[in-house]
Amino acid sequence: MLFLPELTVMAAGLVFFGLSLIASKPEVVRNISYAFYAILSLICLGTLYLHSTGDLFSGVFRVDMFSQLCKLAIALSALVVVVICGSHEGIRRLFFPEYQLFQAVAVLGLMMLVSSVDLLAIFVALELSSFAVYIMVPLRFDQDWKISIHIEAGIKYLLFGIIATGFMLFGMSYIYGLTGSTHIADIAKHLPTLLHEPVLVIAALMVMAGFFYKLAFFPFHFWVPDVYEGASNETTAFITAAPKIAAVALLIRLAMLFHIGGDTIAVILSICAVLSMFYGNLSALVQKDMKRMLAFSGIAHAGFVMLGVLTFQTMGYATAAYYIFGYILMLLACFLVICCIAKSGGNVAISDFTGLYQRAPLLAITLLIALFSLAGIPPFIGFTGKFMLLVSAFKEGHHILVTLAAINTAIGIYYYLSVVRLTFCTADESQEQVSITKPSFFMRVIALVLLFAIVYFGVLPHHFLDLMQEALKVATL
Amino acid sequence: MEQLLIHTEAPVLSILIFLPLLAVIPLLCGVNDRFARTWTLIITSIVALYSLQLLFGFDTTTTAFQFCEKHPWITALKANYVIGLDGISILLVLLTTLIMPFCVLASWTYINKRVPAFMVCLLVMESAMIGVFVALDFLLFYVFWEAMLIPMYLIIGIWGGPRKIYASIKFFLYTLAGSVLLLVAIIWLFVQNKYSFYIPDMMWQGYSFTAQILVFLAFFLAFAIKVPMFPFHTWLPAAHVEAPTAGSVILASVLLKMGTYGFLRFALPITPEATLYLAPAILWLSVAGIIYGGFTALAQSDMKKLIAYSSVGHMGFVTLGIFILNRQGIEGSILQMINHGVTTGALFLCVGMIYERTHSRELRSATGIGKYMPFYVTFLTFFSLSSFAFPGTNSFVGEFMILAGTFSFDVVHGKFPYLALAAIPGAVLAAAYMLRMLQKIIWGGTDNPDQSWLKDINKREIITLAPFLLFVFWIGLAPQHFLDLMDASVANLLSQFAAYGGHGATAVGQLLP
Repeated sequence: MLFLPELTVMAAGLVFFGLSLIASKPEVVRNISYAFYAILSLICLGTLYLHSTGDLFSGVFRVDMFSQLCKLAIALSALVVVVICGSHEGIRRLFFPEYQLFQAVAVLGLMMLVSSVDLLAIFVALELSSFAVYIMVPLRFDQDWKISIHIEAGIKYLLFGIIATGFMLFGMSYIYGLTGSTHIADIAKHLPTLLHEPVLVIAALMVMAGFFYKLAFFPFHFWVPDVYEGASNETTAFITAAPKIAAVALLIRLAMLFHIGGDTIAVILSICAVLSMFYGNLSALVQKDMKRMLAFSGIAHAGFVMLGVLTFQTMGYATAAYYIFGYILMLLACFLVICCIAKSGGNVAISDFTGLYQRAPLLAITLLIALFSLAGIPPFIGFTGKFMLLVSAFKEGHHILVTLAAINTAIGIYYYLSVVRLTFCTADESQEQVSITKPSFFMRVIALVLLFAIVYFGVLPHHFLDLMQEALKVATL
Repeated sequence: MEQLLIHTEAPVLSILIFLPLLAVIPLLCGVNDRFARTWTLIITSIVALYSLQLLFGFDTTTTAFQFCEKHPWITALKANYVIGLDGISILLVLLTTLIMPFCVLASWTYINKRVPAFMVCLLVMESAMIGVFVALDFLLFYVFWEAMLIPMYLIIGIWGGPRKIYASIKFFLYTLAGSVLLLVAIIWLFVQNKYSFYIPDMMWQGYSFTAQILVFLAFFLAFAIKVPMFPFHTWLPAAHVEAPTAGSVILASVLLKMGTYGFLRFALPITPEATLYLAPAILWLSVAGIIYGGFTALAQSDMKKLIAYSSVGHMGFVTLGIFILNRQGIEGSILQMINHGVTTGALFLCVGMIYERTHSRELRSATGIGKYMPFYVTFLTFFSLSSFAFPGTNSFVGEFMILAGTFSFDVVHGKFPYLALAAIPGAVLAAAYMLRMLQKIIWGGTDNPDQSWLKDINKREIITLAPFLLFVFWIGLAPQHFLDLMDASVANLLSQFAAYGGHGATAVGQLLP
């Protein structure tokens, strides 16, 4: 019962595997994937609702409220991704069942990741999810496209991923050497005796590096723009959403573990956070491709999320989780628009948004609210999240960091606004009109749901925060 | 907290804030243009009439906040939904609610594409503007303050003139960049005040001098850009020129007041020492704004630009009045905020009416229309007279009070009145540029374009302008009604200020040359 969500994903993976053996129609596969992710979300919701808790597999796998919340978020984001990219023009029809298979495996890995409380289990789960995505990235199909770009993206994603994993394994080896255990609870017992060991700081940062990579945080951000640009729209939507939830969840777990070495780690993380914000925001200013712009903005947002993690306080963790949840809502809303506009699965330049308001008002409004929210304008979730992160960091005395983060908000406005500007331009100012696929009924519903969530959780954040704080209290026990 | 006066009857202020917001819903359901216009006019009129209740229920003898409501909002941050009204904000709230129906009327034929969307923007604007003036929780204030940018950005960016994109982006970036440090200051105050965003608790707290200076500078950047004060004014002409009439009116009448309101509500009570210390610099910046605005307005050939620069000058008077920190000055400033809202709003409406006919804002193409549009130029003349503070009109009272305050402030400290003398040329300049505009529009010269095809203003336009004229003379001839409303609150502000600093306005005098 505790393992039911993972079992469901495995079953779905097998179904997709079976479908890939027989020549099945993409439409059938697509409908199956809709149904599957919907069921998965319901199951996650059910386990959350039943408050099922417990340890599995001799204690390496913990099911608690925190993990179930993250699993629900992962399942929902995967559901939204398959729906918004329903036409799947970016993937060759022949490979479609395989693509779904890998996506299911990636979801499985991420779900196991958020439940893992043992370093080895973390490693195995992380690799399971990563390898599936390594394959998803180059599975792009686009007739007009230069052949190399998705291969390049795939190779980059693979190489940087492996390097990050190498760092993480190296750090884990140190921790094992210091404490003689791979289980987080056991490590926590030994850590107080190692308080003044510099090696602990190095080990902690190295272990975190694996998740910095997933989150696109500063020193491990190099892959982001090229992979976002090179991967198909649906793959990019997927890798911006689900892995980031898992990465933040794991960073929170690790931060809870390593808060003993707090000060030094906090200083290093805050420097990286500032660099991440400035690098992301300044680079995003000059981008012409929408996905590249979102990639750089994602680097900046990763810096913001770390503001919450480096407070080493429950409230800070809850806020970080809240922020990443909000970030994913906004980003999925952006990708919804991108998927509608993309010509046969191609990339979308920022100039393609010209005059969108006249052609598709709902899409334009969706994009408008998502971008304003990303920029941090009230009353949307992006503002509330950002504000709470600043407050948590300020409470812990990171005054300069908060000031620099606030300045970054002002820089960020410019590039989000320049997209909005084009969206509301009149048509005669644009040379060429890009035809758009009319959003289907499901797309419209999803767009409205996302918008509602962005506003609702922005104005009334305490529902989510209370739940998260409760979950985190349980997770520390 | 004991300052709160809980009003037990209907939640008047919440209704004022949320009624326009709820009224947006029918407009989103694909209605036709005619319905959108009528509906918005009805809603804004209801809000305007309903807001008069504030006037009747307002107790002028108390300094406490009235019509208060308090509900928990974000429990994790101890942020509450607290709203209330005092003598400083009541007139501004009334100005906002009363001006909105006329903005709708002014857009009746001016806006002819995507009407429902425009009306949605107007209604959202109204909610946010009222919210800014009544919020007593700093986070709530900031949410309204920033949320207002989005509809205003769209109003300029979609329905604006040829350079609307440039103007809207400039407006947005300037205002937003100004307020990010305000956010940091808010967080600092929040942490200092035992994790509370409640504004009255933050006042008169005796923070350290350095902290006050830093917080004041953060406030100053945000509010001075909004006012706009002299070196930060460049977004204003661009935004005014490109915005549609209703946008210009809202911008001039209400948005600019938020900056000066911010100074009064936050800068003075929260950072009194820093205010005293930095007041001289701000006073001279105000004077610079008055003179600069006057000279620049004199050189404009675009009517909207002319009025926009005149706004810079008028708002210079307002900040001057605030920072001389005596009763005449501050009361004059608050009155002048209202006057500027009425007069400049009306002037923008007048320019909009010409623009609808000639599709040009150039002074050159509007010369010599006095003969063909007699009603129109009558209105225009009165508003122009009011704009340069002709005795008997509203601005005269306001400017007179501010200048009198400035003089007495200098004289009390036994100094030569440099400051007042420096500001007075501004009043002369105002007469010069306004009369120049009037002369050209009414009579022009021998090279007037053919204006005989112009139709005079219709009933709708007269209805739009007439109430403004009423207020021009009402405030001009019987200002006491308005001053009574603010008296207690201003007196309280100043006495607390004096008690806090021990020497109040005296100290400013010592710092001046």
